[in-house]
Amino acid sequence: MLLDKDRIFTNLYGRHDWRLEAAKQRGAWNSTKELMQFGPEWICDQIKASGLRGRGGAGFPTGLKWTFMPKVVKDRPHYLVVNADESEPGTCKDRDIMRHDPHLLIEGCLIASFAMRAKACYIYLRGEYIREREVLEDAIKEAYAAGLVGKNACGSGWDFDIYAHHGAGAYICGEETALLESLEGKKGQPRLKPPFPANAGLYGCPTTVNNVESIAVAPTILRRGAGWFAGFGRPNNTGTKVFCISGHVERPCNVEEEMSIPLRTLIEEHCGGVRGGWGNLKAIIPGGSSVPMIPKDICDTVLMDFDALRDVKSGLGTAAVIVMDKSTDLVRAIARIAYFYKHESCGQCTPCREGTGWMWRVLERMVKGEAETSEIDTLLDVASQVEGHTICALGDAAAWPIQGLIRHFRQEIEDRITNYRQGRPHVQGVTLTAAE
Amino acid sequence: MSHRRFHDPAHHAPFAFSKETEEQVTWWEKKYPSERRASAVIPALWITQKQNGGWLSEPALRAVADRLGMNYIRVYEVATFYTMFNLEPVGKYHFQVCGTTPCMLRGAERLKDFCERKIGPKGHVSGSGKFSWVEVECLGACVNAPMIQINDYYFEDLTIETLEKIIDDFAAGKEPAPGTYVKRQTSAPEGQATSLTDETLFDGSRAKPLAAIPNAPKPPEPAQT
Repeated sequence: MLLDKDRIFTNLYGRHDWRLEAAKQRGAWNSTKELMQFGPEWICDQIKASGLRGRGGAGFPTGLKWTFMPKVVKDRPHYLVVNADESEPGTCKDRDIMRHDPHLLIEGCLIASFAMRAKACYIYLRGEYIREREVLEDAIKEAYAAGLVGKNACGSGWDFDIYAHHGAGAYICGEETALLESLEGKKGQPRLKPPFPANAGLYGCPTTVNNVESIAVAPTILRRGAGWFAGFGRPNNTGTKVFCISGHVERPCNVEEEMSIPLRTLIEEHCGGVRGGWGNLKAIIPGGSSVPMIPKDICDTVLMDFDALRDVKSGLGTAAVIVMDKSTDLVRAIARIAYFYKHESCGQCTPCREGTGWMWRVLERMVKGEAETSEIDTLLDVASQVEGHTICALGDAAAWPIQGLIRHFRQEIEDRITNYRQGRPHVQGVTLTAAE
Repeated sequence: MSHRRFHDPAHHAPFAFSKETEEQVTWWEKKYPSERRASAVIPALWITQKQNGGWLSEPALRAVADRLGMNYIRVYEVATFYTMFNLEPVGKYHFQVCGTTPCMLRGAERLKDFCERKIGPKGHVSGSGKFSWVEVECLGACVNAPMIQINDYYFEDLTIETLEKIIDDFAAGKEPAPGTYVKRQTSAPEGQATSLTDETLFDGSRAKPLAAIPNAPKPPEPAQT
């Protein structure tokens, strides 16, 4: 369990003022100039040593990502783009950072941009976060007025501009290249990689896209030391993390905790447990809607980190824990997620555009039981043909929840199919007509 | 993919930017390099939608394209791709009910049924022109589920009773407050706080200059003389 003194987001719930003076009291913008004095390489080394892995879902080591940027700025300027298009169902952590601790994010943007030799940074918020954008814009204004960003930011000699930008309700813009397309004023359709953004990103210039949380923790890591951050969690899964626990718990909440905390401890300590007690648990989606669900017997012991969840064929994703108790119709819950992916597919790649709709329609029939048992395997087959055959990971994300459902709860679908015909009148000739 | 079509353009009123819209679009344009004005298209469409009563008519889309020096088709593409752009008229109070799984698990379906009874069918404007509602995908406030975005702001932790009160208040010309509708601080757990209770976090002790930067590189050895 994490102690309060080790929490980075001390105003996660907005109990205190988000404005500059109050944020400074809580430690934001403390000694920023001194943190920048040892140069970009030192900062990247510290972030690498802290073991920080990207908080947006993929878990790629952040410090390493920063070093992919060219070491010298040539004819093209460098950009940092912060991904605040938080749309993964279950996830609502970046929202709290932006509306309650915006200065940690802005300070992080300065430090990360300096480490990557970027003079400009865009924060791409999802369009629906209007209140969050208002706060962030005000916080940016405050930072400019105080000389913390802008010309000679914090007195470091580095000129730095920061801008908030927003989208308009497309999940796909959380994918980094789709986000860049959207930021350029186009439809958010992912680009083929390579070239990777570090080589040709925003406006064709070297760009790094990072999640809000990855950026916002950076200044505190430098201030307290990479070793401090690396001291939480298991090796390769270090640090603190904001978890979002939603669904059938007594008290849903966001909370910053240590990585590798047991899932059960997380739910019982902070959320008052599963509704109706731990015994009433059926399954949990541990990392946002894209990752496969895990049944209760795995939830009993699993640790909340990248490697432990990968070992049980799921993933940490964005650490959005969706809890489902025994009253849940799991097939319906997953059918609704399938509808989400059908709705959010950008339509660029055929397997995803056609496959997501097809999978949703089959699942909707399975909710009622109006299907054949053999269709379960056909569904799995289609899911695995969508997975890995698209430009971006949305295809994979659409396939995984369905695979997770069938892996652990196939029996439930089969029972429903078997019982569908029970009590329904037999209509003469139906089978014959269908066969023709 | 979501399929979105234009409203019948035969009935669209002409559109021109108000002074305020014009100023805001200019403010946004300045955020991007001068040859990249098209980057401002989403914010510009959003501001235009506000001016146009909550939806985008074809003349409004063309005005944005002309303003930013873009081809019409590029702006049509953007407007049909992003679901926050309404291509048909909406009510004065437009309800976007989140229906994705985390909200569904906590009762979003009851809210949808209630909206249907109280406001009318999904996607239609109520007789008074005051209300309309649609179902949308995850709005990113899952620990405060179920929730609805009404115009700009989030109304969270709703029940049928609180939703009815909100609708009645809007109908009576009041402005109910956004945020959570149960007794809790934003996304914190209800009742007893489980974290961030240590007062030393907030007493200013963290604002003191650092004694030393952790892991600071050692200064180079002074040259021997």
